[in-house]
Amino acid sequence: MPGRNAPLGTPTKVTQGSKTKGGIGESTLRPDGTLKVTGEFAYSSDMWHEDMLWGQILRSTTAHAEIVSIDTAEALALPGVYAVMTYDDLPTDVRNYGLEIQDTPVLAHGRVRHHGEPVAIVAADHPETARRAAAKIKVEYRDLPVVTDEASATAPDAILLHENRTDHHVGHVDHPNIVHRQPIIRGDVEAARARADFIVTGEYTFGMQDQAFLGPESGLAVPAEDGGVDLYIATQWLHSDLRQIAPVLGLPEDRIRMTLSGVGGAFGGREDLSMQIHACLLALRTGKPVKIVYNRFESFFGHVHRHPAKLTYEHGATKDGKLTHLKARIVLDGGAYASASPAVVGNAASLGAGPYVIDDVDIDCIALYTNNPPCGAMRGFGAVQACFAYEAQMDKLADAVGMDRVEFRRLNAMEQGSLLPTGQAVDSPAPVAELLRRVKAMPLPPEQQWLTAGEAADVRQLPGGLSNTTHGEGVVRGVGYAVGIKNVGFSEGFDDYSTARVRMEVVGGEPVATVHTAMAEVGQGGVTVHAQIARTELGVAQVTIHPADTQVGSAGSTSASRQTYVTGGAVKNSCELVREKVLEAGRRKFGSYHPAWATAELLLEGGKVVTDAGEVLADLVDVLGEESVEVEAEWRHRPTEPFDLRTGQGFGHVQYSFAAHRAVVEVDTELGLVKVIELACAQDVGKALNPLSVVGQIQGGTTQGLGIAVMEEIVVDPKTAKVRNPSFTDYLIPTILDTPTIPVDVLELADEHAPYGLRGVGEAPTLSSTPAVLAAIRNATGLELTKTPVRPEHLTGTA
Amino acid sequence: MRVNFTVNGRPQEADDVWEGESLLYVLRERLGLPGSKNACEQGECGSCTVRLDGVPVCSCLVAAGQVEGREVVTVEGLADHARQRTEHGSCGTGSCGTSLDAAKQWQPKGDTDSQTGEGTELAPIQQAFIDAGAVQCGFCTPGLLVAADEMLEQNPNPTDADIREALSGNLCRCTGYEKIMDAVRLAAARQGEAV
Repeated sequence: MPGRNAPLGTPTKVTQGSKTKGGIGESTLRPDGTLKVTGEFAYSSDMWHEDMLWGQILRSTTAHAEIVSIDTAEALALPGVYAVMTYDDLPTDVRNYGLEIQDTPVLAHGRVRHHGEPVAIVAADHPETARRAAAKIKVEYRDLPVVTDEASATAPDAILLHENRTDHHVGHVDHPNIVHRQPIIRGDVEAARARADFIVTGEYTFGMQDQAFLGPESGLAVPAEDGGVDLYIATQWLHSDLRQIAPVLGLPEDRIRMTLSGVGGAFGGREDLSMQIHACLLALRTGKPVKIVYNRFESFFGHVHRHPAKLTYEHGATKDGKLTHLKARIVLDGGAYASASPAVVGNAASLGAGPYVIDDVDIDCIALYTNNPPCGAMRGFGAVQACFAYEAQMDKLADAVGMDRVEFRRLNAMEQGSLLPTGQAVDSPAPVAELLRRVKAMPLPPEQQWLTAGEAADVRQLPGGLSNTTHGEGVVRGVGYAVGIKNVGFSEGFDDYSTARVRMEVVGGEPVATVHTAMAEVGQGGVTVHAQIARTELGVAQVTIHPADTQVGSAGSTSASRQTYVTGGAVKNSCELVREKVLEAGRRKFGSYHPAWATAELLLEGGKVVTDAGEVLADLVDVLGEESVEVEAEWRHRPTEPFDLRTGQGFGHVQYSFAAHRAVVEVDTELGLVKVIELACAQDVGKALNPLSVVGQIQGGTTQGLGIAVMEEIVVDPKTAKVRNPSFTDYLIPTILDTPTIPVDVLELADEHAPYGLRGVGEAPTLSSTPAVLAAIRNATGLELTKTPVRPEHLTGTA
Repeated sequence: MRVNFTVNGRPQEADDVWEGESLLYVLRERLGLPGSKNACEQGECGSCTVRLDGVPVCSCLVAAGQVEGREVVTVEGLADHARQRTEHGSCGTGSCGTSLDAAKQWQPKGDTDSQTGEGTELAPIQQAFIDAGAVQCGFCTPGLLVAADEMLEQNPNPTDADIREALSGNLCRCTGYEKIMDAVRLAAARQGEAV
């Protein structure tokens, strides 16, 4: 078996700060924990200001229409209403925004392209007044035909979502309703197919998932005396927001001061703007602070979703179980506006073969413009959809060859040095086979507990739970496995940097480090890790984390599993620069007293300068005195390059993250109810900077994958392109009853290119969780199950 | 309309309340108690859970007028509530808040760090959530704390199935619930040791 004797990698050794308490590798507790459990942590929806107004957005009630007229008179006449604004009231000629392609109107102009598109905004002195005023705005629509899938979007006479495109993708797509296309071609699929003893094909359908972060889109815009605005906001990337907001308002960026307020989860859904520009427009128009808070209904329309996808896969294998080739076509529905679709295409295509060695590959991936809800970033970002398909294929192919499904995967697993279909070598540990081995080796939960537990048998642990629909009759068990590969960091040549400002000074007789970045803490625990890094690198006990804002350089996005790597790397780098300056100051002050200042390797430990042999040379308090040492510096990971537009070849990714899952399910085959009994995960994290947070990320990501498998889908009416379930009543996410125990086995094989050898953690578990659950349900029922989510009717044959 | 009720043991008066306002809105926007959260405002997520005369309810589904003359405990009052329960025994009614005299003499705790909240008195369930890593974004946390605290009050030795059943009305999107289970088990164990 390939790779069996290859070294898997070694854990990273850290010298500086290894004796400092609360440094990296410890499960230190969140600095915001106390505020979060007492209710005092100020989320963006908790902001309050004297004389504050409430903003409300009027959204389209139809998916595709011309706007014939808008009449705001009645709304404006309502007592308590301060402003009503439409497209005509926008202050500059820049009236669109977007992450990459500026195709999204701030307010609709003459046409709406999806259900729930913003048409007008209102400010009033009470949220209900604002809602009622919005309802009094009369919008006359003339419906247009909707395009909702590949056939209708790419028909020769299809109505175009965006006429006169000028973006840099339009030149290489076959139809203007295709946002971006990325082929990945390597080797010779036709020749390889001829060598295959077994060929399996499959068509897979992946439903539209919502991020369903709990803290709704919200924020407070306060007009400032200098004509600018102060914006308190929940986002994933302050500086990206700023770059999009400023031109629409017609203000220089330094007149828009953004401060991150508490963020109630993100998962990709806060990469795009939501109410930021609307709140600023109303604040500048009225001269009063304006707060906007979406309710859950509006939140379903207020952010992009995970792309639904249709995936057609063909794999071949020889009779001894070696993969011969892959031919795949992935069609992502990007909805009405581009959002992150181009980058999602790049990910789905380049990772479309999964963590396997396949020499001959032909993958074609596109994202469509349709009148469906816009889709963009969500945890896993294109790699999730692909993993669902290729893992279903691996099971089918293993069965065709007649091999154990896990052994088949291990036989074909990539390892360090393997080539991706892009031709890029994986130049860090890739313990795919080992993760599968580990997850399979975990003990299985006991079978048929309802038979063996006697009086302790608990109906709550059966499918249907307290609905008391079975006491075990018709219940069958299944076990399924899956593994996935996710890129870490922004790919394809993006300048993916972060900035950290670190200061060290004496406060109250103690050396204290202050870390200031613009990193969006969205719950992942970046603030915890930054403090740990500063303790390790500077040998101090006290670290203050400055609130994130735009008074410091960009930290890049809290997405792509990148923040611990990139902003963590920036904090580490700035700390190292501070450390050098502190040691220089020490040499100047005390160098003449001890030769070791010149000759030894010097460390900062326990608030002191020490030699690597442990001899104390000086107290930091004395070295610093009244001085403070401060550094602000940018830090970047290795550059990547774009994929070739025809062949997809290129050094596109900087790092990979691998996770494997084993799902154990019990299915009531009569009612089609699924109970996931256990969802075990093994993941390589390079280095667990905070083991408690790492496990929390893995369990949370796993659960979002479980949601895709058995319950989560935004249902869009194919005739009208309208969303049918915009509520937590009709869009279900896993509750604590739906979620099983999630044992986690963490592997730490250093990536020598990354700070401390760490790997991004957050997304990989969302990839393999879904196909593992699907595989387990297939194993229990014998059904093919090619769609997510699996619904009861798919299991009972009544669909 | 005017609504008089007791919040965390202190009498409160909310004026100019519009008839359609929820208890959640009055707590958050009129009484300066934003700890109860607004994740769905449709009774599905549990983030706004408070105790109304001792019973956990979604405050987004309670009309403000319905709380006239009644007792409400929110996450902001959970530490006090837990302390009083320890000092005076069980408090199933939720009426064991701060006395009127004590409320009149109430002052912010001087030794609390406003950035981290260090030095704040916490209920055992609050401390357990921090210690077990049950808090990520924290938006579900207040509602879960109120619900979990009430469950432990009623059932000091819950099985895992009991915990899952009691917390099934509280959605969390970050944690996958495992650390929340750990936190409740930890609080129950500590409670057991303390008796």
